[in-house]
Amino acid sequence: MFAEIFSILFQFADVFAFLVLAAAGLAIIFGMMGIINLAHGEFITCGIYVTVAGVQQGLPLPVAQALGALTAGIIGVILERTVIHRLYNRPLDSILATWGISLIVTQGMLVTLGSSWAGIGTPEGSFQVGEYTFSSYRLVLFAAAVLVMLALYLLFMRTRYGVLARATMQNPQMARALGVRTPWIYATSFGVGAALAGLCGALYAPTMTLIPTMGITFIVEAFVTVVVGGANVLIGTVPAAMVLGAIRTALNAWQGQIIGQIGMLIAVILVIRVLPEGVSGWLLRRNR
Amino acid sequence: MSTEPVLSVTGLHAGYGPTPILQGVELRVGRGEIVSLIGRNGVGKTTILRCLMGQLRVTAGRIRYLDRDITRLTPDARARLGIGYIPQGREVFPRLTVAENLQVGELIGGPKGRKLADMVYDYFPRLQERRGQAAGTMSGGEQQQLAIGRALIGNPSLLLLDEPSEGIQPSIAQMICAALKSIRDELGCTILFVEQNLDTIMTLSERCYVVEKGRIDAHIDAAQLADRNTVRQSLLI
Repeated sequence: MFAEIFSILFQFADVFAFLVLAAAGLAIIFGMMGIINLAHGEFITCGIYVTVAGVQQGLPLPVAQALGALTAGIIGVILERTVIHRLYNRPLDSILATWGISLIVTQGMLVTLGSSWAGIGTPEGSFQVGEYTFSSYRLVLFAAAVLVMLALYLLFMRTRYGVLARATMQNPQMARALGVRTPWIYATSFGVGAALAGLCGALYAPTMTLIPTMGITFIVEAFVTVVVGGANVLIGTVPAAMVLGAIRTALNAWQGQIIGQIGMLIAVILVIRVLPEGVSGWLLRRNR
Repeated sequence: MSTEPVLSVTGLHAGYGPTPILQGVELRVGRGEIVSLIGRNGVGKTTILRCLMGQLRVTAGRIRYLDRDITRLTPDARARLGIGYIPQGREVFPRLTVAENLQVGELIGGPKGRKLADMVYDYFPRLQERRGQAAGTMSGGEQQQLAIGRALIGNPSLLLLDEPSEGIQPSIAQMICAALKSIRDELGCTILFVEQNLDTIMTLSERCYVVEKGRIDAHIDAAQLADRNTVRQSLLI
């Protein structure tokens, strides 16, 4: 009995980690900065490819993963300074531009890197509970998801940069009139979001076969988690991932992966219908 | 007026899109003065402040602050030079707490900021009581105190205020006027403010510029300010 319960909890933790890691970067870029970034998946892809290339060049996995996140972050800063900074408060244009970037990147990768790369394989290591065997690396992913959200909370709630970033997102003109270098805040925040997307790719790199369009695997989950989380991403993302994770785990166990995915998307529609401000809006209203 | 101007504006032109609003504004504010810009709605008072803060592009003319031409500087650069801005409607950061709002202003103050935080709480004890409260949930008067505190904590040489008494009950507006006078006396801050409320103009100003059709139309000195009717007439031009 304990083994069955543990197995369900393990699967929940796996889905939760996937949702949180996929959404963390977008929580900043879309949730806080308001950029509908359809190229989010490509930052994840960047993290995956850099990690795999690093390991193939002989780097230890954690170093290659850090390099994957860092590369995505640097590309994010460059992209913000060249393209994205012109698109604040222009949601339709931002959709078009980031979709264009996404197409250029995926098609460019198909042409230059080919249609698929061999994966590097999941790090070995497993443990047994009852008759079930579990991958230890999945626990690493869960721990990483918890640590990423904790780090994000501390970054935005407890540091000077965090206060300035939240002020800038709420009223950039006023923040600037108080001496805040708002272009720097925007570029850094976009870079942090891109780096977190790269980290997500880097962490999942060992579990996947590489194809240039793999970013799409993450992008739906990323968007629905941020939307269900609502306006305050620091409060909303974790409960949103818990709710969606629980629904998906239950449906996966009952009817399989496809029903799990469909059920989760139906749940998203229902949550948005009942709680238009998302989970964080509801939580904040309750505490008022 | 002091011989050393903190702020001098010459031939200032600006507008929104193709519509010209300011058409050759000239003014000077001396160190430690409290000067108001008065006039009817829509004559360009707020536009002058927005140009001084760098939020609106100047099409012609010069703005000098502490002997430096700041006409082309960005708003953040002006703030870091010591210009504090309290806009119309306060524009506090609504989802940040009172303490966090002050922390944003503290950015410019640097090491002095810490001491200034205590001083802000002395001027406005209400802010101390509400340190942990989200700024957007406070009353208009409290938000105005926060907006002034937020600018003050940056240790400014010049404070620009846009209608400090707008939408605030008279007793609180008088308290804010008294605090602004103390701030000037104790910190040597220069204050330029836009106002339409006669009581606030009479209480706070040491002299006034009357704005009309995007220009400075008249000047009211300290002696003329004693006459309530002169000031009232200026608001009705």
